[in-house]
Amino acid sequence: MINVTIDGIKTSVPEGSTILKAAESIGVKIPTLCNHPDQAVKGNCRVCVCEVEGSRLLSAACVMPVWEGMVVKTRTPKVVEARKTILELILSNHPQDCLNCIRNQNCELQTLAEEYFIRDNPFSQKTRGMAKDYSTPAIFRDPDKCILCRRCVEACSVIQSVNALGLDQRGHHAMVVPTMGWDLIDSPCVMCGQCIHACPVGAIGEVEEIDKLLAAIADPDTVVVTQIAPAVRVAIGEEVGLATGDMPMDVFAAGLRQIGFDYVLHTNFTADLTILEEGNELLKRLKEGGTLPMFTSCSPGWINFCETFYPDLLDNLSTCKSPQQMFGALAKTYWAEKSNIDPAKIYSVSIMPCTAKKYECSRPEMNDSGFRDVDLVLTTREIGRLFRMSGIDFNKLAGSHFDSWMGAYTGAAVIFGASGGVMEAALRTVYEVVTGQTLENVNFEVTRGIQGIKEAEVDLNGTVVKVAIANGLSNARQLMDEVRAGTSPYHFIEIMACPGGCIGGGGQPITKSNAKRVERINQIYVEDEACEIRKSHENPEVKAIYEEFLHEPLGHQSHHLLHTHYTAKNKKTL
Amino acid sequence: MAEEMRIVLRNYGKIDPLNIDEYIAAGGYKALEKAKGMNKIDLIEEVKKSNLRGRGGAGFNCGQKWFFAYQTNADQKYVVCNADEGEPGTYKDRLIMQGDPQSVLEGMAVCGYAIGANKGFIYCRGEYPYVVDILNQAIDQAKAKGVLGDFDIEVRMGAGAYVCGEETALIESIEGHRGEPRFKPPFPGVEGLWGKPTIINNVETFANIPVIVDKGGDWYAAIGAPSYPGTKVLTLTGDVNNKTFFEVPTSTTIREVVYGLGGGVAGGKKFKAVQIGGTSGGFIPESLLDTAISFDAMSAIGATLGSGAVFVMDESRDMVDVVSKITKFFEHESCGKCAPCREGTARMNELVGKIKGGKGSAADIALLKKLGGVMSIACLCGLGQAAPAPVLTTIGHFAADYEDKLV
Ligand SMILES: Cc1cc2nc3c(=O)[nH]c(=O)nc-3n(C[C@H](O)[C@H](O)[C@H](O)COP(=O)(O)O)c2cc1C
Ligand code: SF4
Ligand code: SF4
Ligand code: SF4
Ligand code: SF4
Repeated sequence: MINVTIDGIKTSVPEGSTILKAAESIGVKIPTLCNHPDQAVKGNCRVCVCEVEGSRLLSAACVMPVWEGMVVKTRTPKVVEARKTILELILSNHPQDCLNCIRNQNCELQTLAEEYFIRDNPFSQKTRGMAKDYSTPAIFRDPDKCILCRRCVEACSVIQSVNALGLDQRGHHAMVVPTMGWDLIDSPCVMCGQCIHACPVGAIGEVEEIDKLLAAIADPDTVVVTQIAPAVRVAIGEEVGLATGDMPMDVFAAGLRQIGFDYVLHTNFTADLTILEEGNELLKRLKEGGTLPMFTSCSPGWINFCETFYPDLLDNLSTCKSPQQMFGALAKTYWAEKSNIDPAKIYSVSIMPCTAKKYECSRPEMNDSGFRDVDLVLTTREIGRLFRMSGIDFNKLAGSHFDSWMGAYTGAAVIFGASGGVMEAALRTVYEVVTGQTLENVNFEVTRGIQGIKEAEVDLNGTVVKVAIANGLSNARQLMDEVRAGTSPYHFIEIMACPGGCIGGGGQPITKSNAKRVERINQIYVEDEACEIRKSHENPEVKAIYEEFLHEPLGHQSHHLLHTHYTAKNKKTL
Repeated sequence: MAEEMRIVLRNYGKIDPLNIDEYIAAGGYKALEKAKGMNKIDLIEEVKKSNLRGRGGAGFNCGQKWFFAYQTNADQKYVVCNADEGEPGTYKDRLIMQGDPQSVLEGMAVCGYAIGANKGFIYCRGEYPYVVDILNQAIDQAKAKGVLGDFDIEVRMGAGAYVCGEETALIESIEGHRGEPRFKPPFPGVEGLWGKPTIINNVETFANIPVIVDKGGDWYAAIGAPSYPGTKVLTLTGDVNNKTFFEVPTSTTIREVVYGLGGGVAGGKKFKAVQIGGTSGGFIPESLLDTAISFDAMSAIGATLGSGAVFVMDESRDMVDVVSKITKFFEHESCGKCAPCREGTARMNELVGKIKGGKGSAADIALLKKLGGVMSIACLCGLGQAAPAPVLTTIGHFAADYEDKLV
């Protein structure tokens, strides 16, 4: 342990601690901008500078390790002047655009400007005047707001191994750009949105489409139908002042009806359906010698990644559409028929934790219902904005039901929201299908948790099935390289593009640390435990759709509506 | 009267730099042989005793630095010679490498032996392709002679960025990354090139080593200023009669350099200022000319010795005009990694330009002072920390040049 004195408070901290960590441990808050709790230290914004006794230079608290007897002062006039000046410098080169900004009131720079009461900036206002990039249907970039902290670059390269973002130019011309300075759409970007969570400011965000929803709601001839993805409920509360996991599902549904949705249904329904289709696909591949390992296909960021970086492995992907797209295809066929609604009048909106879903719904092959299957994808954050705009008090709102035919779900669908959940749900069903026995303990603990790669073995009547689970694309890459090299021991691999799974998706409430992701994961399993039915094949509405419409998993109708194909992206990658 | 004393330029102009036999005949490679006969720690002690301090600008004790790398256990260590020489007005490293390349190789090999490294790199300025040729020939000859033993040296060329002379940016550049400084600690001596302990010294520092090994640390420590002993190679530019180079003991005063060796201000004009150490050096007025050109004496007057560039300015020079070129230089050369330098160098240039254009006010001068003060203590690397010095020292010593232009 190392003894240090910070602002007169003596403490001892483990060797190798930074000043920032040491100060944190005694409750001394030092401001930061480029620092991110789950990333490498960067030391480039310099707003964390402190005085260290005996040193002429100020020390950046985020990177400077403590030494025995170190005396640190974090709030001297010299320190405050330096921090304020640095903030003034950054702000003088930053659009004064808070009122129009997607990160208004949720921006690390804005917060610091407030805390350091920046009033009359002595430096003249001068921004770079760079154009916004709205080339993708999911992610926009506003490079003028970039403060060059480089957190997005690390998220994209280290966490996702996509390398779509990098640095160009030097000095005050330096900027973060997509590959080769192209528009984002031409880069290998998979639209996962992890750079959005990494960004301390409003330089990257989701493409907002709230107005499209409001127009549909305003049109009396349009029937607005919505589906809610499994990961949304645990996080939506964070957008409206509730704790993580605190929004009851029926209250959430009631809130959506207040906004004006005509029918509230559930992606969880098609998550259960996915298990039946995908589980049977796996069994078929195992039995008939199909391409193995089979990969899950519900994460569109991951699909983009596979199509971009592993086009040679597209046959390994399950042909199942994602639950969102299964839902879309069924809403305008099966559900329309059951509900006696003209499918041409249906406006199908999905509420997703994901930015890549905005792209997925626009893929040309996603029109199997005879219409565009999903008309609009709104992220958790966009729904949060709508809720705040609508002024709904969720503490007082009475709950509401989900509508029939595609609104019932099981605990197996709920856990789709966390990394390992699809695998666990599949195992719950596949076990019973293959062994004909009832699974007494449905909890497969080994598949749970935020660690990057998990693996398990299940004995199905003498056949040992090896499975692996990866979340975050750099972890996926490890498993894919094994598959490509022919050394992968697995039969079935679940991949989620985002760290922690969909609960950490690019459309979720701005997620500043993995600790928040873990909190959401825990809430997912609380919800699962609370479900009466926890196996997908026991979902009564799933049973009904097979009896009345689909007839059998992998059957003719399923093939037409629920399965798809993939295409190599042929993009230049670094 | 100041006199030259040639230690690092001991063979300059006396031997054929491209003939290793002449270097050997002049006593070359005896020091390496002697060093290899010594215990490593004794060798490092000898270098420490000489009190040789880095000639690249930071003035760190050379033997002390070697000791850190010696102490660190690693399967691989490196020796890097910093020959980036990006300071405008400086060409002393080029002189040494052109005139006596073997002395640099020998110094590096001694260091390699001392710290336990068998691989060296010379990072040579991109604008010196002909020097690269000389170095490569010298290395080939040394290898053919077998004088370097198992110590291998490779020349790498810089890409022209000034900041790549900063040791950690230089490492990034050799590794093939964007040339940007790293945070220290860890220092390169502990974790440098490819994460391995790495000694980086300036060309002039290495050229001193053979002589120190040969004649002993005590001999060297007795030359020049005690706290920064030895000699310094100076390159004189600007409004001075003898625009050339000199090697003088570090106890020599600036006045002796300018008026003695330099022959005084050219064209019979009056002296106004001298900037020492390169672009980031402080400006020194007449009243401080009796300062010795040693590291600490220069620091004491708010100036630097830096690379040893001496830029003399006569009475006709306008300080704001001179400084505006410097602020432009730094705006251009900031690597852009850290906020105060990236934004600060641009703002500094803007404010100086505003004053120069007759549009500035007293508030702008005050802002320049505040900005300069913050940059000099808060920037990540030496570039941003030193960039304000010309502005701050001219505001301090030549305030009239600024005030004359205010609205
Ligand atoms: C912006 C900047 C540029 C530098 N350029 C050089 C250079 O061109 N040559 C050099 O030897 N040192 C240069 N240095 C100093 C090096 O970082 C380092 O201190 C030096 O190479 C160490 O060698 P020494 O101890 O022998 O002086 C520079 C430092 C900074 C901050
Ligand atoms: S990024 Fe932050 S500081 Fe900048 S305009 Fe948006 S809210 Fe304001
Ligand atoms: S969305 Fe994902 S892939 Fe695209 S730039 Fe951001 S982090 Fe990279
Ligand atoms: S876009 Fe955001 S995360 Fe990326 S460097 Fe700029 S400010 Fe940082
Ligand atoms: S001080 Fe300037 S040159 Fe040095 S790291 Fe910062 S931006 Fe780069």
